Amino acid sequence: MRTGETRWAYIFLIPWIVGLVLFQAGPMIASAVLSFTDYDLIGSSEFVGVENYATMAADPRLARAIGNTLLYTVVHVPLACLLALGLALLLNRITGRAAGVFRTIFYLPSMTPYVAVGVLFLFLLNGQAGVLNEALAIVGIEGPQWTTDPGWMLAGVVIMSLWNLGASTIVLFAALRNVPRELTEAAMIDGAGAWQRFRHVTLPLISAALFFVVVVDTIAALQMFDQVYTMYFGTSQAQQTSGDAALFYVVYLFQQGFQFLHMGYASALAWLLFAVIAVITFIQVKVGNRLVHYEDPAA
Amino acid sequence: MRRLAVPLALFLAAISACGGVGGSSGGGAAAGSTLTTMGFGLPDEIATTRVDAFTKAHPDIRLTINQGQFDEQAFLSSVASGNAPDLVYLPRDKIGGYAARGALQPITGCVADHAIPTGDYYPAAARQVQLGGQWYGIPEFYNSVVLIVNDKAAEDAGVDPAEIDTRDWDALAALARKMTKSSGGTIERLGFHPKLPEFLPLWAKANGADLLSADGLTPHLDDPKVAEALAYAAKLVEEQGGWTRVKAFADTFDYFGAGNPFAKDQLGMLLTEQFVVSAMAGADPDAAVTVLPFLGRDGAPVNSVGGNAWAVPKGAKNPGGACTWMKEMTAADTWIAAARARQAKRAAEGKVDIGTYTGNQKADAVIFGEMRKPSGREAYDDAVEVIRSVQQAGFTVPPSKAAAEFTTAYQQAGTRVLQGEQTAEEALGQAQAEAVKALGS
Repeated sequence: MRTGETRWAYIFLIPWIVGLVLFQAGPMIASAVLSFTDYDLIGSSEFVGVENYATMAADPRLARAIGNTLLYTVVHVPLACLLALGLALLLNRITGRAAGVFRTIFYLPSMTPYVAVGVLFLFLLNGQAGVLNEALAIVGIEGPQWTTDPGWMLAGVVIMSLWNLGASTIVLFAALRNVPRELTEAAMIDGAGAWQRFRHVTLPLISAALFFVVVVDTIAALQMFDQVYTMYFGTSQAQQTSGDAALFYVVYLFQQGFQFLHMGYASALAWLLFAVIAVITFIQVKVGNRLVHYEDPAA
Repeated sequence: MRRLAVPLALFLAAISACGGVGGSSGGGAAAGSTLTTMGFGLPDEIATTRVDAFTKAHPDIRLTINQGQFDEQAFLSSVASGNAPDLVYLPRDKIGGYAARGALQPITGCVADHAIPTGDYYPAAARQVQLGGQWYGIPEFYNSVVLIVNDKAAEDAGVDPAEIDTRDWDALAALARKMTKSSGGTIERLGFHPKLPEFLPLWAKANGADLLSADGLTPHLDDPKVAEALAYAAKLVEEQGGWTRVKAFADTFDYFGAGNPFAKDQLGMLLTEQFVVSAMAGADPDAAVTVLPFLGRDGAPVNSVGGNAWAVPKGAKNPGGACTWMKEMTAADTWIAAARARQAKRAAEGKVDIGTYTGNQKADAVIFGEMRKPSGREAYDDAVEVIRSVQQAGFTVPPSKAAAEFTTAYQQAGTRVLQGEQTAEEALGQAQAEAVKALGS
């Protein structure tokens, strides 16, 4: 019985495995090979050893891109997780028909194409005529130039990124729905307050989902591309006037590959990103194993 | 899902590593064949009239126009994977880089075989599509840079707009300050938009310097005259509110609608390509503006020109048909028909037509010498005279094998200065080093 099920499982997995080998593993191997070459996409490639990797060490724009991306990740991930958790908690309190309506509303921003989000926030965050600064002006605050001041452009990108919390919110909401009601009621009978119930009952029980959201959001933050490219690099004019204040790692990788035709260098950059994400995820898993509460399946 | 751009990019790179590029620079059969284009659309009568002329003249060629703007990634992937279109339509300043890397075929043979009258093109446009003595593209459109002055802003500043003299940089800066209006931290009217860093080549030329040698091999970004021009233009921006405010304010402009920044009194003076004047003529026929030539400090007009070009990618399957297309689309008669269609459409809509600036001197001579009649709107009729008067002064940054890197180097330098990160000398010194490395000079 079990052997038969296993066989069927492999049969159903075949399409995915074929896709993985053809469309991911294959190109990854090719990309690894390209990272040791000088290749402009048009002519033939030339083996250059580790030169592309050595070039990275002395590339000031790369250093800027790494700094911007890491700073964004460090600010965005905790903020996004906290806000998504807050929204999930709010959703969890809504019952009846309204629950479905609000779940849909909360998820809707995730359906907006990233390019449209980028364009939209360019207008909303405009320092001279944007809605955000006009709102701040009402309470007497002169808002910064979010989209043009190098000191504030990253902050603007973080604000924009918080638009899209739908997926994280739904994952956390689903986890919250699975928290056994009897546990929170028992804690309440024992005199635990709202914060204590959340801290000692709810949070441990949703920690696996929270951990998942943190890991996925971190990876997505390190690969940030679409919105920021649309805002600051999508047109030649935008690219000319934005400088490197919003230069993210993947944007730089894209520029090297398809703008400057340094495909070998771009491949090396991709592999460095892969390694960085792997290391960060590994650390997160190690730390997570100590903090995340997994229910005992035998219990 | 859109975050899949990276793996996709690498996937394309990977695919391209395996894909052979079938090169054939010979003349393919034009008759009874197919022809595919990339980077070209049919947004208006200028495009449709010319395409109609081609299909009428060559009904046996099956035409597939993949509409959309030029997309570098799509183009390069198609070339690398051996699925290149027969024609690509792209900005002229990209020709040199792609030609040097072999993404475009030389078409000198096509030009000779089809007797394409290259002498009809403006010299600056023709230079932009040649590299190493070979033709790599056929130019079309010829966008000149002029100065648009808001008459009301000039009046507020107490000057006659027609008397504004761009040769005197001190007076120009003083006028920009006078025209600027601010309230608190908000700019209400920008006195003079110098369009940095995009127009750094123009500012450098106005100060007697070129950014790159004529052969496209030696950068001159560290020329003190370039630094002086950049420092001056950046100071203009600083004096009008600073880069962060000026750019945010300029980002709100809609140059092509009835609510353009001149109609809304948001701009005093603007250096811009003439297509902005054309759009204003269509959307705002009664605009109170004066169009002037941008004079260098030596008194000669300075005009940084641009436009598009047709080119034949490496691996194009029907280069003969492509050549036929390029000749037909850019022929003087075709252009004249298109300009006539534009003129008729604007007349039917009650809008002003300032003419079509084709890149073909022979066509322009007919369009402006015979076809176009004064509209009665003095501002636009005068503008046409000014635009025509600066066309022969047109110049471009010479094509080079590392055009993208070179452009990025000087534009990033300009932005660093505008953002206050570096002085003009420091920024251009860094850009010079980057350019030398990219050009291998």
